[in-house]
Amino acid sequence: MDAAFVTIAGLIVISALAAMTLRNLVHCALCLTITFAGLAALYLKLNAQFVGLAQVLVYIGAVAILIVFAILLTRSDDQAPRAAVLSPGWWLGVAIALAVFSVIAGAIGTSSASTPRATAAPGVTVREIGDKLMRDYVLPLEIVGLLLTAAMIGAVVIAMQERKKS
Amino acid sequence: MNPLHGYLLLAALLFSIGLAGALTRRNAILVLVGIELMLNAANLNFIAFWRYGAKPEALGGVMFAIFSIGIAAAEAAVGLALIIAIYRHYKTANVDEVSSMKG
Repeated sequence: MDAAFVTIAGLIVISALAAMTLRNLVHCALCLTITFAGLAALYLKLNAQFVGLAQVLVYIGAVAILIVFAILLTRSDDQAPRAAVLSPGWWLGVAIALAVFSVIAGAIGTSSASTPRATAAPGVTVREIGDKLMRDYVLPLEIVGLLLTAAMIGAVVIAMQERKKS
Repeated sequence: MNPLHGYLLLAALLFSIGLAGALTRRNAILVLVGIELMLNAANLNFIAFWRYGAKPEALGGVMFAIFSIGIAAAEAAVGLALIIAIYRHYKTANVDEVSSMKG
């Protein structure tokens, strides 16, 4: 529990709350980017450099841009400035989320799995990660490649303009 | 309060914020953003347990986080394409106005 963790965690929580509550969708996307950047900083702090940089590349570089594009493509002009942001039964959703948080927090507080075992920071190089990916995890790697190809083709097909039947 | 507790509590809080957003927002894009927040909370758990777990040299948590990031990217692409298709059909991105299956 050091100052860096408290600062980054506060930034993450505040920006995540802002991303879920703000009215302007573009502001939501920007706050989401701050959340992703804070998580990348936490991964770097946990000695997972490769995952931290992958987070920057994939989430800040690709997912956030994709979300901004989707917001701009689906912006409707008839959106009234005072239209409801939340769905009618919003208090039920908030209550469910609070219940889930209290259950998880209680489990964290009582479980023996949440006592750290390793104290020394593991030094892991990108060479080791690549070695593992190419030896032990080569089948999942290929499956993820196939999944990404299928998802990309599927996304293009779904979002493509429907052709008018003549 | 050990460091692992801090990370786990932060992940739980992030998951709950994402869940609340996914359940309460009307705009479909913000629902997807809530799901992304939940996936990120799970990733933070993987990395925290890897760092403070029993065998960090086995790299299990890092591998899981890498694959999870890849699958989350695929999910975001398909989800946003679906939202764009729904918007083209219904002229709205609000999930509570999209209530008929065959239009």
